[in-house]
Amino acid sequence: MKKLINDPGAVVKEALEGIEAAHGDRVRVIYDPAVVVRADAPVQGKVGIISGGGSGHEPMHGGFVGVGMLDAACPGEVFTSPTPDQMLEATKAVDGGAGVLHIVKNYTGDVLNFEMAADLAKGEGIDVEAVVTNDDVAVQDSLYTAGRRGVGITVIAEKICGAAAEERKPLAEVAELCRRVNGQGRSMGMALTPCVTPGSGQPSFELGDDEMEIGIGIHGEPGRYREKLAPAADIVERLATAIADDLPYESGDRVLAFVNGMGGTPLIELYVVYRELDRFLQGRGISIERRLIGDYITSLEMAGCSITLLKLDDELTRLWDAPVDTPALRWG
Amino acid sequence: MSITADDVRAWIGAYANTISEHRVELVRLDTAIGDGDHGTNMERGMRAAVEKLETVDGDDIGALLKAVGMALVSKVGGAAGPLYGTLFLQMGMATGGRSELDLAGWGAALEAGVKGVQARGKAEPEDKTMIDALLPALDALRAAEADGADLGDALRRSAAAAEEGMKATIPLEARKGRASYLGPRSVGHQDPGATSSHLLLAAAAETFG
Repeated sequence: MKKLINDPGAVVKEALEGIEAAHGDRVRVIYDPAVVVRADAPVQGKVGIISGGGSGHEPMHGGFVGVGMLDAACPGEVFTSPTPDQMLEATKAVDGGAGVLHIVKNYTGDVLNFEMAADLAKGEGIDVEAVVTNDDVAVQDSLYTAGRRGVGITVIAEKICGAAAEERKPLAEVAELCRRVNGQGRSMGMALTPCVTPGSGQPSFELGDDEMEIGIGIHGEPGRYREKLAPAADIVERLATAIADDLPYESGDRVLAFVNGMGGTPLIELYVVYRELDRFLQGRGISIERRLIGDYITSLEMAGCSITLLKLDDELTRLWDAPVDTPALRWG
Repeated sequence: MSITADDVRAWIGAYANTISEHRVELVRLDTAIGDGDHGTNMERGMRAAVEKLETVDGDDIGALLKAVGMALVSKVGGAAGPLYGTLFLQMGMATGGRSELDLAGWGAALEAGVKGVQARGKAEPEDKTMIDALLPALDALRAAEADGADLGDALRRSAAAAEEGMKATIPLEARKGRASYLGPRSVGHQDPGATSSHLLLAAAAETFG
């Protein structure tokens, strides 16, 4: 295994120092406990929005801290949930008196740690609402699993809720919006290669040269099933069918299409995926009204992609188009 | 025979060493059905717990256990952080102000801890989690107590039950945590959380027995 690092144990901290050095105009970094905070936090009268999760998914979440998106992000160790003390610190740092929304991806560790943090923050008199994202259709949602994982929709929810918070919408409304985005969004991913965490130095799973893993998670956990590698058109059809049939997305729907790279996939391939997705959706009478293409929720150096669809309406489209100014997402 | 505050310190130290010795095994088990970080996370957390204990004076067992719990909550991350953190915090609450524990006192502490883990993680028996080692260990301890066993014997029976419960997770299909995403593919693998829980109770039997 080769990695561009100094010390496996210092990767997260050194990356944070890099983020601070590069983006000090937009964010500041607290190191103990580790939190990336919007430079002008807390913004008085605005709902604060925080998220967090294991590191190794960059730019999520630290790259999304800034005007129009997150107020703070809590980076955990690589692929490990952050801890309640980080989340409490972040919550306090961004509370401008209008309460704080926790956007939590549905992983057992993230959910348990955020629950403990919300208890602690409420104990300090801060109004906290938590919304758990669970858009991954690769996981069967049943009583017998931890439920669907939160993946690509999280990025979109952070952007849309961030815009609503900038409009000074109250906490209950921003939380409801977050639940609506999550409810109208679905995702699924696949991998061509596993990833290697700096700590273990080992591939997260074994995959033959001619195999692919469908329904991959973002922590290098194996997916739903393994198959012989197929052309992009077949792969997209499999992912998009599972997604589109699930909500379901129907003829006449307008969607935001998000083609995400897992970290080790060149952009040229993501555009091939987008081409196939566009054709697939046209075939079903679904129109792509907005799109996002690139590496936004990654899994270290894993090669592969995920597709996320969000069913749009006028309000969601307007909030998506609203200005955003973060290290990794910027427009308007 | 009883458990003193120094014994509790020794137990935590012994568990930290055991975790380091088993780090690679825990990572391997977790790589099979989870995300491969359990050994690394627990080692980091237990090192922090040992360091934290050095700063806590006195012989209040409750204060020691709470300090361990807080260290784990803030240093482990993942699901294991809040779960092991809660285990120790609840054990600490149950033993506040005590400088010595007899078998009944240890049983009450363990029960409080295990109930805390269940409340936080909402796992049932046979979900393939740490509960599958902890609950049998608690039951065996209670049964030994009812049989009139001495502390050492009861702790050994408790650790043996934890080991059995740990091994019994191998054929189970996971219903909690990341392993549950694998569905039937989780069958045939020993649960890493049940493994680290067995190590905890084995260390208790070693140290207190």
